[in-house]
Amino acid sequence: MIALLKRDVALALSGGGGAVTALLFYLSVVIIVPFAIGPDPVMLAAIGPAILWIGALLAGLLGLERLFQPDREDGSLDQLRLSPVPLPALCLAKSIAHWLVTGLPAALFAPLFALILGLDTPVIAATVATLLVGTPAISFLGAVGAAVTVGLPRGGLLLAILVLPLAVPVVIFAVGAVRAVSMEPDPFWPPFALVTALTLFFAVIGPFAAAFALRGD
Amino acid sequence: MNAIVQKASRKGRLSALANPARFLALVRVTWPGLALATIVAFTIGLYLTFSVPDDYQQGRTVRIMFIHVPAVWMAMGAYMVMVSAALGVLVWRHPLADVAARAAAPIGAAFTFLGLATGSIWGRPMWGSWWEWDARLTSFLVLLIIYLGLIALWRAIEEPARSARMAAIVILVGALNIPIIKFSVDWFTTLHQSASVLRLDGPTMPPVFLTPLLVMGLAYLLFFLTLHLLAMRNEVIRRQIRTGQRKAAQAARTEQIARGKKQ
Repeated sequence: MIALLKRDVALALSGGGGAVTALLFYLSVVIIVPFAIGPDPVMLAAIGPAILWIGALLAGLLGLERLFQPDREDGSLDQLRLSPVPLPALCLAKSIAHWLVTGLPAALFAPLFALILGLDTPVIAATVATLLVGTPAISFLGAVGAAVTVGLPRGGLLLAILVLPLAVPVVIFAVGAVRAVSMEPDPFWPPFALVTALTLFFAVIGPFAAAFALRGD
Repeated sequence: MNAIVQKASRKGRLSALANPARFLALVRVTWPGLALATIVAFTIGLYLTFSVPDDYQQGRTVRIMFIHVPAVWMAMGAYMVMVSAALGVLVWRHPLADVAARAAAPIGAAFTFLGLATGSIWGRPMWGSWWEWDARLTSFLVLLIIYLGLIALWRAIEEPARSARMAAIVILVGALNIPIIKFSVDWFTTLHQSASVLRLDGPTMPPVFLTPLLVMGLAYLLFFLTLHLLAMRNEVIRRQIRTGQRKAAQAARTEQIARGKKQ
């Protein structure tokens, strides 16, 4: 399981992998929004956390299509299915690897991008915290979508349609938690705890559902 | 009716398509009755709808509720049917389970759209806007997208057994949204009014409004059952035709090869 995780991370970081591309895509999303809505610092600061979250979400979706596809093409998916390690554990490893190369960089680079958008320090801290806790949910959920659509033509498009609606609660609570920091009266912890709960929930459901889908393939 | 079902089942045992054949016989017997009951219930329900007094706050627009609320009930009910059908696919591998789920999806999507549209028409005079980004409305919009995504998934995967399994998995994961819709009005402070029929302490609605609502609910339920049964029947027949076509194509091909050898 650890070996698979290491292999996936190494593959993603190497030249052909998507980690750097996903990060660049993330940056492009963050850059395009001020062009679209105008460079008003007050408004950008208000919607900055939301932009960062949308960017992270889309960047995460971008890599999901390739989660099981290469393994299926070169036959290593069959090897994984035959391995003595239970398939859900392998799906968990692959989800974590996906998060390490998309969600984690998205959270780590968020402070830098937040500076461009003119966010305050406490808001940046809250955004990074919600990204760290919330993006794994996208990877776990996305593993289900990737397993279901593996081997389909235009699977990536279908995957986005299937995964995005289910990711809505994560985004709602994450952005809600950040907003609580920038606008005082609301408490930060309840929505933050809900984001954590959703991530843990999908961490349990995701690998099993993905493994179930892969087994039936 | 029982005798017919039994006869059908005896006949079905002989056939290779045991379950679909028995199912088709069952539909043939039940659907006219269901359709008639639907028409009767809608006649009574619509009559009651137009004879209720104006609400002291909502005025005449309260009547939209008798169209809106049951549509929303059935939109969620259709999803629950799909959830149980998904379990049927994954656990028991019942041949009709995928047919049931697949037939329920477009109907559920239509009810969801009806719920959103009537709610929007009601919201314009009452809330002053067609749409509010409120928890219940948003989660319901998500339900519509889940329905449409599922239909897209079914259409994308060619192989029937695989598409059934994949759709069932997505249905079960998407079922998470149903409790969120139901309790969104209690968990969050929203514009949408909180539950007034299904409550632990009984309905809070006066009987003048509750009776037509329940009659309309029954009418919608019967309507859904009729549509669902007929849609399932169509899907079974469609699959039979597809199998028949494939067999015919194969037979033609073997014949062609045989003729080619002879020459």
